[in-house]
Amino acid sequence: MPTTASPAQPFADVTASDSTLRRFLHGLPGVDAVGLEARAASLGTRSIKTTAKAYAIDLAISMVDLTTLEGADTPGKVRALGAKAAHPDPTDRTTPTTAAVCVYPDMVATAKEAVAGSGVKVASVATAFPAGRAALAVKLADVRDAVAAGADEIDMVIDRGAFLSGDYLKVHDEIVAVKEACGTSARLKVIFETGELSTYDNIRRASWLGMMAGADFIKTSTGKVAVNATPANTLLMLEAVRDFRAQTGVQVGVKPAGGIRTTKDAIKFLVLVNETAGEDWLDNHWFRFGASSLLNDLLMQRQKLATGRYSGPDYVTVD
Amino acid sequence: MSEKSEKIERLSVFKTYKLYVGGKFPRSESGRVYEVTDSKGNWLANAPQSSRKDARDAVVAARKAFGGWSGATAYNRGQVLYRVAEMLEGRREQFVREVADAEGLSKSKAAAVVDAAIDRWVWYAGWTDKIAQVVGGANPVAGPFFNLSSPEPTGVVAVLAPRESSFLGLVSVVAPVIATGNTAVVIASEEAPLPALSLGEVLATSDVPGGVVNVLSGRTAEIATPLAAHQDVNAIDLAGADEALAKELEIAAADNLKRVLRPQPVDYFGTPGTDRLTAFLETKTVWHPTGSLGASGSSY
Repeated sequence: MPTTASPAQPFADVTASDSTLRRFLHGLPGVDAVGLEARAASLGTRSIKTTAKAYAIDLAISMVDLTTLEGADTPGKVRALGAKAAHPDPTDRTTPTTAAVCVYPDMVATAKEAVAGSGVKVASVATAFPAGRAALAVKLADVRDAVAAGADEIDMVIDRGAFLSGDYLKVHDEIVAVKEACGTSARLKVIFETGELSTYDNIRRASWLGMMAGADFIKTSTGKVAVNATPANTLLMLEAVRDFRAQTGVQVGVKPAGGIRTTKDAIKFLVLVNETAGEDWLDNHWFRFGASSLLNDLLMQRQKLATGRYSGPDYVTVD
Repeated sequence: MSEKSEKIERLSVFKTYKLYVGGKFPRSESGRVYEVTDSKGNWLANAPQSSRKDARDAVVAARKAFGGWSGATAYNRGQVLYRVAEMLEGRREQFVREVADAEGLSKSKAAAVVDAAIDRWVWYAGWTDKIAQVVGGANPVAGPFFNLSSPEPTGVVAVLAPRESSFLGLVSVVAPVIATGNTAVVIASEEAPLPALSLGEVLATSDVPGGVVNVLSGRTAEIATPLAAHQDVNAIDLAGADEALAKELEIAAADNLKRVLRPQPVDYFGTPGTDRLTAFLETKTVWHPTGSLGASGSSY
């Protein structure tokens, strides 16, 4: 049960016990899967050209959480990533910076140093990312460690095992505890790993659960499983944040992550945001792309618009 | 029910000619087609009219295929190209008909053209593992070094297929480009694109990996201009460009220092020589100590 005066206060009765929470989540309207996918697909057919495209590309660059989450990450690689986030295209100073770099907790200090003074934030995954299979104490230690190292944002994973076995309150309380560990300095992104939740109904439930527990952002996936962000599951989450704000007045951000590689894809997501959640979300405070290779494609498209010639991978960094 | 009165005329089954990009057969992204006629002006088929976005997609496909194709052993590339000749032989009748229609040749003349084209594939297939000995080798240098030069493919090559020779000319410009390990984006002859589009079907059913050859049809100038300016295209063969277009494309190609092969009069029936093979090769030279370097005279 949330004890602080959190934004989730209106739901205090809902989160009071396991059974009330279950009743609420299972009382959410079912998702029309065919309709959802058709809607996402039809919004993906919008043609965005010329000045609108230029705007969309710059907006998308400013929304990228430039990510490296490999076992083989080195301080050198993180520094290179930080330099790229601060100056995505060194040949064109008008290119916006990315929103953040996203690294493992032990790389936060290095990343912080690398982006110092650029306005780029440092996000850190935590809570035994990506599986989340660890004791709560370990997860919280992971979070505190990242926050102490200076992380501006924490990307936590929910306990999918608990969620799928119906132990919603455990998932809820864990998010509340992590939120508390983030304190006031770090924003909390909650990763659902939609690819493991199996149904759209579950994604809707997870979205509400996360928001009621005080998430600042809800995020599709870790990027470590076969199915990552899709237009359909992102659309569903955008509907959830829209409805949540309508009900509580609290705005929550959305971050699709994994599998978004091309400018075309990114622009499709921006259309989804604009048409579903609305213009208020068209800002990197409220919408992010978790991606690594996407940035290169955005930069190549930006160069194409600027010069009229198609660019190539020789003109962006290899990372 | 006598046979005569019941004889139903078969409905014609027309072939939809499509592009060949990345091992698949897409329509043009623009949805456009244009009418292709034979040499007398009779309608033959509708061919896709590619846009610059098709060109862009083709370059992406060619770039993706480059690593695998250039990394394959020369011996393997030779086998794959020979396989193409085998597949062409099986479709000989179709190509004879298409070439006869496209170029207004008699059946026997067209057959001679197709045979020459198939032989041309075989000829280039044989060159894949021999060209390195011809243009590479050990260079004498003034020091205790081995100095070895070996040819490497240039990369993605845009090829403007000859306009007048729709099949033999096409084969004569495409085969040398891919024989050495380059990948190609081919713009078919604007007036006679059908043999080139059918060649795509042959390549798809031989062992050539998707993306190694990509065939686009349409207005040559419209497709060639973005290709010449494309920063991820390493070379361009202007065989099918007229003088004005060739000049324009060469200027555009200068921006990222593409290799440019200017149009030149060619007798496609003659033995081609290695010029087109070497046009799209770079030379890599390595130095290596011979071993007699140590002060004590030791080899290490």
